[in-house]
Order: sequence, then C-alpha cells, then structure tokens
Amino acid sequence: MSDKTLNTFPRLLASHAKLLPDHVAMREKELGIWQSWTWSQAAKEVQALAGGLAALGLKRGEKLAIIGDNRPRLYWGMTAAQTLGAIPVPLYQDSIADEMAYILDNADVKIALVEDQEQVDKLLEIRDRCPQIEHIIFDDPRGLRHYDQPFLHNFEDIQHQGQEFNQQNVDYLNKETRQSDGDEISIILYTSGTTGNPKGVVLTNDNVIITARNGIIREGLTAYEEVLAYLPMAWVGDNLFSYAQSLVVGFCVSCPESASTVTTDLREIGPTYYFAPPRVYENILTQVMIRMEDAGKIKRSMFHYFMEHARKTGVKILNGDKVSAKDSLIYKLGGFLVYGPLKDALGLGRIKLAYTAGEAIGPEIFEFYRSLGINIKQLYGQTECMVFLCVQPDGEVFADTVGTPAIDVEIKIDDNGEILYRSPGVFHSYYKNPEATASTKTPDGWVLTGDAGFFDEHNGHLKIIDRAKDVGKLNDGTMFAPKYIENKLKFFSFIKEAVLFGNERDHSCAFINIDLEAVGNWAERRNLAYSGYIDLAGQDEVYTLIKECVEKVNKDLSQDGRLGGSQMHRFLILHKELDADDGELTRTRKVRRNFVEERYQDLIHALYSDMNECHVKTQVVFEDGHTGILEADVKISDAEHFSVDHLTAVSEV
Amino acid sequence: MDMYERKIGDVILALDNISLSFGALKVLDDISFDVRQGEIRSIIGPNGAGKSSMLNVINGFYHPQQGSITFRGEKRKEMDVHKAAASGIARTFQNIALFKGMSTLDNIMTGRNLKMKCNIFQQAWYWGKAQKEEIEHRQKVEEIIDFLEIQNIRKTPVGRLPYGFQKRVELGRALAAEPEILLLDEPMAGMNVEEKEDMSRFILDINDEFGTTIILIEHDMGVVMDLSDRVVVLDYGRQLADGSPDEVRSNQTVIDAYLGVSH
Repeated sequence: MSDKTLNTFPRLLASHAKLLPDHVAMREKELGIWQSWTWSQAAKEVQALAGGLAALGLKRGEKLAIIGDNRPRLYWGMTAAQTLGAIPVPLYQDSIADEMAYILDNADVKIALVEDQEQVDKLLEIRDRCPQIEHIIFDDPRGLRHYDQPFLHNFEDIQHQGQEFNQQNVDYLNKETRQSDGDEISIILYTSGTTGNPKGVVLTNDNVIITARNGIIREGLTAYEEVLAYLPMAWVGDNLFSYAQSLVVGFCVSCPESASTVTTDLREIGPTYYFAPPRVYENILTQVMIRMEDAGKIKRSMFHYFMEHARKTGVKILNGDKVSAKDSLIYKLGGFLVYGPLKDALGLGRIKLAYTAGEAIGPEIFEFYRSLGINIKQLYGQTECMVFLCVQPDGEVFADTVGTPAIDVEIKIDDNGEILYRSPGVFHSYYKNPEATASTKTPDGWVLTGDAGFFDEHNGHLKIIDRAKDVGKLNDGTMFAPKYIENKLKFFSFIKEAVLFGNERDHSCAFINIDLEAVGNWAERRNLAYSGYIDLAGQDEVYTLIKECVEKVNKDLSQDGRLGGSQMHRFLILHKELDADDGELTRTRKVRRNFVEERYQDLIHALYSDMNECHVKTQVVFEDGHTGILEADVKISDAEHFSVDHLTAVSEV
Repeated sequence: MDMYERKIGDVILALDNISLSFGALKVLDDISFDVRQGEIRSIIGPNGAGKSSMLNVINGFYHPQQGSITFRGEKRKEMDVHKAAASGIARTFQNIALFKGMSTLDNIMTGRNLKMKCNIFQQAWYWGKAQKEEIEHRQKVEEIIDFLEIQNIRKTPVGRLPYGFQKRVELGRALAAEPEILLLDEPMAGMNVEEKEDMSRFILDINDEFGTTIILIEHDMGVVMDLSDRVVVLDYGRQLADGSPDEVRSNQTVIDAYLGVSH
C-alpha cells in the first residue's frame, strides 16, 4: 500500500473500504463485549459524520477540537474533519478548563467533538472565553438529558443529519476529498511544552503519511497488526501509532473500555505492535516483582531460576546470536513454564514490536523485557517531525542509545552539541507563532531539537544526554547535565521522580519523589506504619533507603570523568508528588524545571544552607479544580560523595 | 449541573400512624409520612432514633403493631421481605451484605434473581430459553456496571475490594432488581469526601436517569440537605418534623434535638 496518490486520510480510508471491506478496522469494548467495525463500516460512519459536520457549517481550513479518551467515534471525527478539508485539533482530555481555553482560543476552534458530560461541563465553563466555538457534539449522552443549550448535539443526531445532507448533496464529500492534497494541513497537535504556553505544531498530510509509511516499511508492519489505543489522542505518538499508521497500512485499532481497564483489555487483545513510555514498562515490572514475592515457594524459585537463565541467554537469542544447544533448550523449557505464561498474563504474548520513548529507560527494565523475548526497542523523536527520528535496528539494541536515523531522516550535531535534523516529517510551522517557527527551523530546513547528544563512535547510534538548554555548569566549570543524573536516580524502583539543581552553584543537590507503591511495599515488609505519601516520605528509614540510592549514583558518577564533579551533596524527599494539576509536570509527565525551582525556593535555599529541616506550605489543586494548602516539615539529608580519581570518600559527614 | 424541573409525581407510598415495639421497647411511635413518585426522601435522626427500623418496616422485615402502609394505592396486608422485593422495593444495608467470595458481576447478577423465569433445571441445562434469558440479564447487569463505572472490578472477588467500591457493588445489586423504590441505609458511612461526592452523584443520576424513588438514611447533614426533596426527622421513635430541607433546618425542635438539649 505504498501508492503515492493515497496522500490524504480520506483517500486512504476509501481505499481500505474498497480493498479490505471486511477487514476489522476498529474495536471497542462496550458493556463487556468487544464490538468491531470493518473498514467499510468505518467509512460509512465517517461519511455520515462528515456530512453532519458540513451541515453544521464546518468548512475547509476550519478547526474541529477532539477531546476525550480513545474512542472510535473520536478517531472517526478526525477523518471526518479531514474529509471536508477541515483540521482536527485533539486536546488532552485530562486538562483542566483553563488549559483548554487557551488552546481552543489559540486554534480558532469552531466545533468541538467531545466524549462525555465531563468534557461538556468544562467547555460550558469556559464558553464565554472561547466565543468562536459554535457547536459542541458529544458521544456519550449520559447525564446530559437536561442540558438544553441549542449548540449541544448528540453524536448520533449529527450523523442522521449528515446522512440527509449527503443524500441532498450527493457529490459534496467526493468533491471536497478530491480538492485535498498532500501539502495541505492534516492536523494541529499542541505540545505541552516545559516552558510557556503550549505551541500548536502544524503538520501536513505529507508530513504525517510519509513518516508513518516510512516507519511501516522499516519495521515490516502489515494490515494484520493489533494495536491498543490507550495513550492520549492529543499526543503525537497515539496519532501516529493508532491513527496514521492504521490508516496507511490498514491494521486494526482497539479502544479500551475505560482508562482503568487497560491491563485487562491488553490481555484480551494481545497486541502485536505496542508503544509505551518507560514508566508503563516500569510499573508492569514492579507489579510482577511484588506479586512474585507473594507467590508460593515453588513458583518463586522456578521464576527466579528461569529469569536468571533468561538474563544470560534471552537477549542473545532475541538478537539472533548463537547460544549453546543446552542453553537454547533450557530457554525453550523456560518459555513453556515461565516466560510464555508471564507474557500472556501481561498481554504481551503476541508482541512483534514494542517501542519505548520519551524518557530514558532503566537498563534492567529494558533487559528484563528483551530477555523474555519481547522485541522492545528505543525510539527518538518529537512532535515537530511526526515522531520518527531515530530507531534501533533489530539486533542492534542497547539500553543507552536511541538507534540510527529513520528512513529519509538526516541528523547532524552542531558545535554546541545540539541535535538537528531534516526529514519529510518536518512540520509546517507553529500555529500563529512565526517567531517560534523561525527560531526552531533554519532557512535550509534543519530543525533544532533542543536536545544535546552525540553519535557513539563504536556503533554509530545516537545517544541523548539532556535538553540542550538544561546542560549547565557548576561554579568550578564541571559540566552539569541534570537529566542524565535524574535518570540514573529514577532507575531505582523506589524513586519515581527526581529534580536536580546545580547550574551556577558550588555543587548539586536533589529533590526526590518516592514511588508510593514500591516504597510502600518495602515499608509494609518491614512493618513500618504509614498513613499516606506525606507520612511515608518523611520517615527516617525511608531517608536511609533513598540515601543509599543517591550514594550509589554518586559512586557511579565518580567513575565518569566528565560528570564526576556533579555528585549530589545533599537531597530531600518532597512532601508531595509532583503533579501536572499543580503545573509541576507537563501533561506528558515531564518535570517543568523552572516552575519547580521557583515554587520551592525555600526548600532549595535550605538545601544549600546547613539546615536539617524546612517548614513549607504548598498550594495544591485537586482533581475537581478545588485548591487546598499542604503543610509539612521536610527533612534534608547529606549524601556521601566520592573523589573522582580514586574511590575514597571525601564527604564531610 | 444546571437546575431543571424534576418530575415528582403522586404519593406512591404512605405510612400512617406506624407504631412498632419489641416487648416494652417502643421503637417507632405513631409515625406518619408519605413518599412521592420520583422524589429523594430522607430519614434523619440521631443513633437509635428508629431510622433503620423504619426501613425494615417499609421492606416488610418488621411488622408494625399499629398503623397502615399504602403502596401504590393499595393497603398492604401481610407482607414479607420477598413480597416487598417482588413488588419493586430494593435496599442496601448499613453493614455491607455482599457475597465476599463472588465477583462483582456475580453479586450484581444475584440482584436479577427475582426476574429470572427459568427453573433450576432449565438453568442447569442452559439451552434455548435459559441461555437467552441469561444473556438478557447479563446485558442489564453490564449496563449497571457501566453506569456505576466499575468495569475494572467486574471479575474481582468483592472481598478484595476497598470499602467504597463494595458500597458501589451493593448499590449495583439493588439496582439490578430495577426497583421502583430504592432504600439506602447510610450509603456513605465511612467514606472520605471524594467517595461521598461520587456516591451522591450516583444517587442523583439513578433518580434522574431511571426515575427511581429513593428513601435515604444518612448521617452527613450536608449530603442530606443537598440531595433530598423532603426530610423526615425521627428521635427516639418519635417524629420531630417533616418537610423540605430548609423547613427542617429551621425547625426549633430539630435544632434542640441535634444540639443535645435535654429531653
């Protein structure tokens, strides 16, 4: 399906409806049963909706916002808008009303297609700030029966109107589809941005479709893949894996019943192609380990024996290297007794290809999955190029690189160490933001990633160090790459999040967020009572535990010449989990460093003094938008650090 | 939520001069109030006021010595729990009464028991009519699971669920009987603020979506005053007041009783 005339999504859909009419395109679990739609049914749904949107007055170039969990109807909303030459703008469904108002206004959204009452309520709340929104269409009518606003419409009503519209205007949709072309705008995706307001990344049909197709060619994906669409629709990855690639090659996408049933749905669907950010893989592994500790003695020793064997041989087997006949036989037996059932329980039994991206993944975690025979690979990309920049080739997978450039992608490193690229996926512009566009895209088409990195001399793979602007210097001139160290900390299952300070300071210090599940379990096994996060985080035993982790990282750093000077001298465990609702994380759960630095000035001041405790008051936002004050005494601990040349302690403690 | 006009109908259940004693202990003393179709009616009062006894009278578990109960225009004669359930009255309990070893799904399915028409042999054979019937009931149960947003615990044994979820499952089982009147005995006892908000939302939604009449016993005054159309106040078996939340709130006898003025 590499026909170059299939350069828009409506054309791709029409082609599948013709060539694969009875192939299942989409599934959704509804009242406990998986419902499915074939490509020809999906095409009918999209046409009815497109007609309805046209009847509501949506025209070429106008915007349709899409807000909700992954639902077939919302995906159809994207194709329906594109059928009319209109532009879908998916938003993060868990954004609070204020954040939504900015994007809806900035993107000039005319019609919003939303999932349910929760989203309708948010839009009604901000309606006076977004007067350009003319209509709101909702998928699930529950709780909306008494809403009588004339601009609110039920999805099914709109489809009925659309069918009538299509009967009266027989050739309208075809005409609009014919008018669209590859260089026309396909979608606007807002990046959450670690600084400032979100930016709308404008991508053309060619950007999206060519990049999606290149990914399919490189990995050899077919129409028989199974994908579970469970990541936010507003995120570029979901748009690529669950929408663009599905439409390009024709594979089936399944939507989970609800956000809380994803694990069960994953097991039932058994995807062959899967994407998850590192924290999902981490969570799964933590749960497996916790459950194995509670398992019976025989099961536990069997698990440990075969996992040990997998660690030695599994990765080699997956990479196609030679192993002895005996090892291969034991691995097969392990597959039958442990690996197979385990993968099946996790819903990863049929995986052909699994990606991870967005953050660095811990080497142990990465190896755990690979040793089970799950082909998990790292990927490097951004919204500005429709994801694909670098991918690890099969058989050349390492925990600390992101692989080699994807098809048609050129990469270079500038003098400051920043990574630049050129590719067919390079975005059109930032919506209504020419300054930002100009400062990101050079006139000859190179895009600045903002990431610092280098190519590994041995294998030619790209390695990422940190965000270029976050790489700083300590007062003594040592290079300070906070994320590099934070990642090392986060590889401990007890540490969920870490924020390092040190730029233009004498030494570095850290904020730590403990992982409530892992530390909680650890505490329970030691009969330590605790009432919740804040209580657990303040306990001396937990400080001792985390101190060990920090010191291990320090020791590790001391062996790395360039970064040895940025060992942590002091740290504290934050009294609350960093939260996107409080603005401390982006919606994709990346730390907003400057915001955190400003918000917790007092704590940072205490870290760089000789105080052992600091009293803080923090305003927090609850899920429903209410605010409250959290008060706590946060303890500060010293950490041992090591001389860079020879491993002797030079700490003052 | 926007305010809208609620449909409150005629009196569906009338209790006249109800008195109930256990030996010398007078639990309910000459209580009279009525419940209208589609309303949320609350019974409040301090511990030992006779609230749960009142619910037990309504669903036929206790038999009052005096007074009459009129349900849908018909004076109730002999009554037992089974008949009450069959006539469209379902309830939840102050102390959760679920089958702990069974899954959420199976627990709610038991609420459909009275609606099942096939006999045990047909069910054991599970063919034709019995199969068709089971599928219909399962459909209904799935709708309730969806309504109460408990898809993720569908197959979890109820004993392993946190308290708030168990309460929700119990509500689900009562709903499975598609009752005309739903009796809720302290549905929010022991819950935190967030769980209470969820439960309040479900109670309003049930009332709104299915038109179910709800009789509610609850200690949290904020919740009662927010949810109820009318409130009846009991104290030591006597009826102190009856009226809208505002009327009850400003009633001097009620204030005295709640502030602990000596009797």
